[in-house]
Amino acid sequence: MSATLELETLSRSDVEEFLFAEASLIDTWKLQEWLDLFTEDGVYYVPSTDVDPMASPDNNLFYIADDRYRLGERVKRLLKRTAHVEFPRSKLSHMVSNVRITERKGDETLVSAVFLTHRTKFAVTDVYFGASYYRLVVQDGKIRIREKRAVLASDGLRSQGRVSFIL
Amino acid sequence: MPIEQRIVNIDEKERIFTVARRAYVSPEIHKAEVAKIFDKVWLYIGHASELKKNGDFLTRAVGGRTLLFTRDTKGVFHALLNTCPHRGASVCRERSGNAKSFQCFYHGWIFGLDGKIRDLPGKEGYPEDYMQRKTSSLAPVPHLDNYRGFYFVNFDPEAGSLSDYLAGAKEYLDLVADQSEAGMEVVGGTQEYSIRANYKLLAENSYDGYHAAINHSTYLEYLKGTTGGLVPIKLEGIARDLGNGHGVVEYRAPWGRPVAQWIPAWGEDGKKRVEAIYEKLVARHGKERADRMATTNRNMHIFPNLVINDIMAITIRTFYPTEPDLMAINAWALAPADENEADRKTRLHNFLEFLGPGGFATPDDIEALEQCQSGFSNLKEVAFNDISKGMGKEIPSYDDEAQMRAWWTEWSRRIEGSEA
Repeated sequence: MSATLELETLSRSDVEEFLFAEASLIDTWKLQEWLDLFTEDGVYYVPSTDVDPMASPDNNLFYIADDRYRLGERVKRLLKRTAHVEFPRSKLSHMVSNVRITERKGDETLVSAVFLTHRTKFAVTDVYFGASYYRLVVQDGKIRIREKRAVLASDGLRSQGRVSFIL
Repeated sequence: MPIEQRIVNIDEKERIFTVARRAYVSPEIHKAEVAKIFDKVWLYIGHASELKKNGDFLTRAVGGRTLLFTRDTKGVFHALLNTCPHRGASVCRERSGNAKSFQCFYHGWIFGLDGKIRDLPGKEGYPEDYMQRKTSSLAPVPHLDNYRGFYFVNFDPEAGSLSDYLAGAKEYLDLVADQSEAGMEVVGGTQEYSIRANYKLLAENSYDGYHAAINHSTYLEYLKGTTGGLVPIKLEGIARDLGNGHGVVEYRAPWGRPVAQWIPAWGEDGKKRVEAIYEKLVARHGKERADRMATTNRNMHIFPNLVINDIMAITIRTFYPTEPDLMAINAWALAPADENEADRKTRLHNFLEFLGPGGFATPDDIEALEQCQSGFSNLKEVAFNDISKGMGKEIPSYDDEAQMRAWWTEWSRRIEGSEA
């Protein structure tokens, strides 16, 4: 990633580089480093699949709606051996594509991208797919995530059964 | 069945309660369960709040059928089999909505919200009384009834009443339904997922107080590590057999409950709100009942597949076996209809902390259930599960297995006769 970035000149390729690096951190289970990509007030959402993709978690039941504190706790949990669902850890492969800067609004750059993620554990492979919507900011010359909203394009989680890793 | 072939084996004197593991894997037993349980008992279809206005409808899979649940123009609820009487197509393909009628997209037959046929193209090709025939309309399920807004269907024309079926579970549905004078409502958003395991494993797991401290240690550590996340209350309580296979564990716990156990993390504003909710409960129900509603948790299971857990939030959950080793689960959040914004936010925050496929606890349950199913591969050598914890106690503890024995005893009565 280039040394110092500025909001006004943030290009799609800067954003792509950032999202690819993010995907790699998740796939390699470097979750503390992944967490560092978020701002102090960053949030991470996975809505249920029968609500509006942009619905609020304050009055709709989601799969995941973490504020920055709980996101940190999620990472802490996932790195424990006693997070049974991810012990032994599943093998993950994130594919990120169709990256677009959709809007520049105040200090934020709004980005959408599609994801196709395979998860394998005990030789069972599940596919997760959909679109991620980011609110990105630039802090100290680096891109940071203020909101990541991963919207599954499947009807629920049949047959995946869980979103126990980071989408 | 000869004794040695029995699945559920009970010896009160020796305190033995075993279940043969083939019950979780056998396709023949799966078939028997469909015929003797799912085609015979009352099954949950939905909550009244999901059809708020006249004309509202939703489609839902219940007991292997695809149903259309509607509220007609007069406000009457109907559960219809979602298949055109003509040639079979589903007449409604939307999850939910509001409609005046349903038109089959195959040949254009039109049905009212009550299922009655309204019109069909090319009428002249049929006898004059054709539309009056019962077989020309959408078929209703044999029985639809509700208790306190919880709607159930029964596919057995000979079925007894819902009220008799619910037995002791009614007391616990009341404890949920009475939490607000405005009634309760299902919050938008459904958690739909599956588990590669037999559905009976989830039945057992949903009110298994024994596994919490071990399987959910990361959840409890998270609460302990969160400033003000807990109040100093010991996990303690009882298990009850509610009749007809239903059971409950009722216990106190250190987590916050929107109705109504405050934790410091909710701050002073939250304290005022929780106190106001509690005062209202006392005014309506008296102190004893208000205390029970506010400060005890209830994991209830209505035989065979309805869970209503009133814990750090309220969840309604149903699950069906698609195959012996695969189940489909639907889970909803239930809340007071007049809940203010801040409490609703807290409730849903609480819900996701523990519950659902992205929570800090449910995924570890899912892993455990799938690993049980995997372990059953060894059933030729290790043939039985042990469900005897707390047998012989006068008042079983919340972390005993009496509630599961009630479930299995009813299962055994229906599947293999009443010898057990």
